Amino acid sequence: MITLQMLLVLSGLLFAIAVAGIFINRKNIILLLMCMELLLLSANMNFVAFSRYLGNIDGQVFVFFVLTVAAAEAAIGLAILVVLFRLRHSINVTDISSLKG
Amino acid sequence: MVQILFYAFALLLLAAALGVVTLKNPVHSALCLVVTFFSAAAIWLLLQAEFLANVLVLVYVGAVMVLFLFVVMMLDIDLEKLRSGFTHHWWLGMATAGVLALEIVGVVIARGLSPRMDMQAGVVPVPAGASNTTELGMALYTKYLFPFELAAVLLLVAIIAAIVLTMRHRRGLKVQDINAQVAVRREDRVRIVKMPAEKPAAERSP
Repeated sequence: MITLQMLLVLSGLLFAIAVAGIFINRKNIILLLMCMELLLLSANMNFVAFSRYLGNIDGQVFVFFVLTVAAAEAAIGLAILVVLFRLRHSINVTDISSLKG
Repeated sequence: MVQILFYAFALLLLAAALGVVTLKNPVHSALCLVVTFFSAAAIWLLLQAEFLANVLVLVYVGAVMVLFLFVVMMLDIDLEKLRSGFTHHWWLGMATAGVLALEIVGVVIARGLSPRMDMQAGVVPVPAGASNTTELGMALYTKYLFPFELAAVLLLVAIIAAIVLTMRHRRGLKVQDINAQVAVRREDRVRIVKMPAEKPAAERSP
């Protein structure tokens, strides 16, 4: 039997790993985007868990929308990344400082 | 049995997530992310959320991760420079993640012990004959029809934005100009030359 507690602990640990990843790989934009996908996945896991726990389908509908937004975000983020690489020949976050006064 | 499967997939998920954040090569990170999504889909299957599990595999592993891998392999990235910040900040990340994990797990366990919200009860069993896809479809096309259409428009905007951002015009490229071709007039192309049909008689018999 899978309890709600197990699922919440799992998604909490996944969230913590993703936050650590953002700190560790803070120079690499591709890895930052991947860590954001992990954060969204852990939030989705919570939605599904509560949806099953409460017997209510609305949580799963919300996961559907989160997946849509995440797909759009990944597509646009990677497009921006490609344009940035064409201009700068680097995806290092510290190189993006044109607006610094 | 379900519990054993859950623990196996949860361990795989956490291990793959750790791989995503610690591996040096972005290609390996992306492949670890694929494993993470697959294990998450398996856990959702155990929770009887079949439609979302399928969507996760199709959309994420099929589309988003292929896009990630494509971009990672297309860009020629200087890895050494990117990894230089790794050693400076790993302890900060570990500390933050540790505190965060302790807080979340502590709150969940504390709430689970309180009688008002029985988290140990397990998920609600699905009644026989009920289909997750049918239920989700009924909710999406009745109660959430407008948000559903908004999501479609959002995806369209994302498609257009991605294409417009990455399209580039190269100089000196020989391409068709459709507008110029359509707007051409007869006078631009055809030149009528007046000339006699026959040669004069004087030239014919020398």
